[in-house]
Amino acid sequence: MTLTHSLITWAILYAQFVLAVAACLATLRTLRGPRAQDRVLGLDTLYVTVMLLFVVTGIRVGTPFFYEAAMVIGVMGFVATVALAKFLIRGEVIE
Amino acid sequence: MKHLIDLPLWIAGPVAVFLVIGATLTLLGTLGLVQLRSFYDRLHAPTLGTSWGAAAILLASMILFSWVEGRPVAHELVIGVLVMVTTPVTLMLVGRAALHRDRAEGRGDVPPARKTTGSDQG
Amino acid sequence: MRRLVPHPVLSLALVLVWLLMTRFSLGHLLLGGAISLVAGWALGALEPEAPRIRRVWPFVRLMGIVGIDIIRSNIAVAMLILTRGRHGERKSGFVEIPLRLRDPFPLGLLAMIVTATPGTAWLEYDSDSGILLLHVFDLIDDAAWRDLICNRYEALLLEVFA
Repeated sequence: MTLTHSLITWAILYAQFVLAVAACLATLRTLRGPRAQDRVLGLDTLYVTVMLLFVVTGIRVGTPFFYEAAMVIGVMGFVATVALAKFLIRGEVIE
Repeated sequence: MKHLIDLPLWIAGPVAVFLVIGATLTLLGTLGLVQLRSFYDRLHAPTLGTSWGAAAILLASMILFSWVEGRPVAHELVIGVLVMVTTPVTLMLVGRAALHRDRAEGRGDVPPARKTTGSDQG
Repeated sequence: MRRLVPHPVLSLALVLVWLLMTRFSLGHLLLGGAISLVAGWALGALEPEAPRIRRVWPFVRLMGIVGIDIIRSNIAVAMLILTRGRHGERKSGFVEIPLRLRDPFPLGLLAMIVTATPGTAWLEYDSDSGILLLHVFDLIDDAAWRDLICNRYEALLLEVFA
């Protein structure tokens, strides 16, 4: 266990822990509301945070698969948030 | 985690620093999301995570994988561009949804709609 | 040439993205080139007019300014959240800004700049009167924000797409 190895291991561990806490906080806002737009904003933040968590996990494991999963999460989050926001404006998703 | 063992310091240092910065900024953003009082204040909080939070973590990933694979790896740029292009759209739509709902309910603390617009176009 | 490649910048960017996602090889270059050509035609059918960057140097300067501003406002907003808004003294509010820009493409670029910078959020743009409604996280002076948007970003954008 060299110094650089422990440095990068601890940095990855810290990033994973902090991003997990951030995801919990975003979930808290999604659950607590109080209004629908707060929930949508919380959900959007949750998507971004989990996407970053996947990128960090990819760095830890060293495979490109997590990167692709992260990209899918990003695209899905975008579509979901746009649909929900449209729903809040109009009351209908498809017009 | 075999790929992390023989890293030189000049790779491991920047990667560690960028990871810590990115994760901390994202945490601060979500902390603001929970802590701030009004919705319009909370609208600003996630931009910490989507600007330098995301950029720093993606940079760390780019540096590390470029070293591990022995060739420049830049596909993280695609996620970066995706986040950069989609965040304005989502935040603008959520903000407008909130304005629309607040106006429809007649809350006094938001600016009124402009009379010149017939209807807000979607 | 213009009919074959209606959106050269978009097509070039798509080829680059394709090569970034895969390994560089002649086969991928051809495949990516074909896909980006078809995508260019599809967009050309939808939106015939391609945005034109008239001057490159102001565009580069704008990107530099925006990069610095994003770092600065990241630090500022992070500090405000950590100190709980200077212990309750922070005030946020709405600012109305009359814009001179009218074209959709530079307006979209301005929206990206405003949203990517923590501390300002683009809420509504009224295309008839050209007035933009912003929400500012740390509002000390209305006029300073108007000045920032109009003179720092909008002037350069007008120059780029003049």
